[in-house]
Amino acid sequence: MGASQSTESNLTASIQRHLSKIVVAPSFAASLFFVYGFILWTGYMAFSKSRMLPSWDWAGLRQYERLWQMERWHVAIENLLVFGGLFIVTCLIIGCLLAVLLDQRIRAEGALRTIFLYPMALSFIVTGTVWKWLLNPGLGLESMMHDLGWTSFKFDWLVNSDMAIYTVVIAAVWQASGFVMAMFLAALRGVDQDIIRAAYMDGASLPRIYFGIIIPSIRPVFLSAIVVLAHLAVKSFDLVIALTGGGPGYSSDLPATFMYTMAFQRNQLGVGAASAMMMLATVMAIIVPYLYSELRGGKKNG
Amino acid sequence: MADIQTYSHDAGWKHTVLRGLLYLVLILFAAYYLFPLIVMIATSLKSLDEIREGSLISLPRVVTFDAWNYAWNEACVGVECTGIKIYFWNSVKMAIPAVLISTFLGAINGYALTKWRFKGANIVFALLLFGCFIPFQVVLLPMSQVLGKLGLASSTPGLVLVHVVYGLCFTTLFFRNYYVSIPDELVKAATIDGAGFFTIFWRIILPISTPIIVVSVIWQFTQIWNDFLFGASFASGDNAPMTVALNNIVNTTTGVKQYNVDMAAALLTGLPTLLVYVLAGKYFVRGLTAGSVKG
Repeated sequence: MGASQSTESNLTASIQRHLSKIVVAPSFAASLFFVYGFILWTGYMAFSKSRMLPSWDWAGLRQYERLWQMERWHVAIENLLVFGGLFIVTCLIIGCLLAVLLDQRIRAEGALRTIFLYPMALSFIVTGTVWKWLLNPGLGLESMMHDLGWTSFKFDWLVNSDMAIYTVVIAAVWQASGFVMAMFLAALRGVDQDIIRAAYMDGASLPRIYFGIIIPSIRPVFLSAIVVLAHLAVKSFDLVIALTGGGPGYSSDLPATFMYTMAFQRNQLGVGAASAMMMLATVMAIIVPYLYSELRGGKKNG
Repeated sequence: MADIQTYSHDAGWKHTVLRGLLYLVLILFAAYYLFPLIVMIATSLKSLDEIREGSLISLPRVVTFDAWNYAWNEACVGVECTGIKIYFWNSVKMAIPAVLISTFLGAINGYALTKWRFKGANIVFALLLFGCFIPFQVVLLPMSQVLGKLGLASSTPGLVLVHVVYGLCFTTLFFRNYYVSIPDELVKAATIDGAGFFTIFWRIILPISTPIIVVSVIWQFTQIWNDFLFGASFASGDNAPMTVALNNIVNTTTGVKQYNVDMAAALLTGLPTLLVYVLAGKYFVRGLTAGSVKG
């Protein structure tokens, strides 16, 4: 009796265990196909003769050669470096500053936090549309400054091919800096109060407490923020489309818009696939070491 | 927290000046973040003449909702002049099923991966998680071919499929991390009482999952509503989502540029997610940090 009961419960338990696998299986299969399968597929396309139509004929590295011979791709890469660098640094500075300022027992902290962070809830297309209107040379900020009496004020970055990429930085910083603030604020609240109090008792000034103790102790958050922002920068697509359309000409193209143009407008499927693989490689170069250290760190902390 | 009040060696007027400066800087920043929103609202309520005459920051002398009405009912998206409303409903029809399906799958995956751990569960989770990080450009070309083969090209169900598939990793991450902290004894005790996998899920796990369900729903809704890349790549014409329609309206080069209509359409596109943010900001931030720091 007892024995049969235990076999029965063993049986149910094993069914239950399999049930768990059965439940996860569809998602896992979807991931294998739509993520890993598609990456391999795109990877193969980058080695194929695909142009207007997908082709399975092998072309070796020809698509990559064509990609790197394109002036436009070089512009996109340079823009990514300029945009990514400025975007990350500015967001870090503003985010860190705002977090420190908000951490001073501010009245209406909640309201201010809500204001600083709301752009993050908007679509990049909305952000791009607004900033395109604000920065348009005819009726935007420029004419506002003229009305205020500053008649020599000139701001034509949006239609200036040397400066267009900087308008993308302005709008992107507006959107994402509040998020960096939220990350830093959470970290500041987690700093050990006893150390701060001890330093204060020793006569350390507030700036010294911040630069000597608090900021070094939240170093991991800097790393997280940089990784998140770099990830955002490489994936930036909507904002460029809505704000500058990659223009004037292709002067504010980023790899993401380059890939889209090649794949869906220029009938260059192979080059598009090759540029997508380059983007994947860039993101992986940022993310994999970070995740590795995060997961190892996580284990160490229990 | 290390603030001036507690940790300043200076006292009296210097302290007051510092506090004043602090508030000034914070208010200036608040103005910087609010400025575009205020301009957007003000511009959408002006007539075109007033926009041309007046300044960017001036409030409308005569408040008119004509631009809103025009954007909703008449604005031209491509060659169709049906207003943005049909695209608004496209986005609704896309977002609701995609959010619900991906959240449900995430919940049951997270439950299975933590409370009914099988051999290799961690590897399965790590492999699933990878999907959060890829730049989606790398899946665009195969996806458009597969959607074509499935007969889902340029359709709302096609977009639902895309958003479910690429939202899964995030929802699974949310629920998995939430369930990890729920004691296993809860499940064990129920198993001893004879409850099975699904009974425990419905009766015990789901009722205590409300916070993470809210986080997941908000995250997915914001992501899907705001998406442009998939919408632009896989849904053209009548089935395009709101963001794609907005971009079309703004970039229509024919006719007089109607800035007030552009702004009204932009506000209409931004309103649903803004509303969610204002109503449930706490959960929005939680999703953001969980989804971005770890994912």
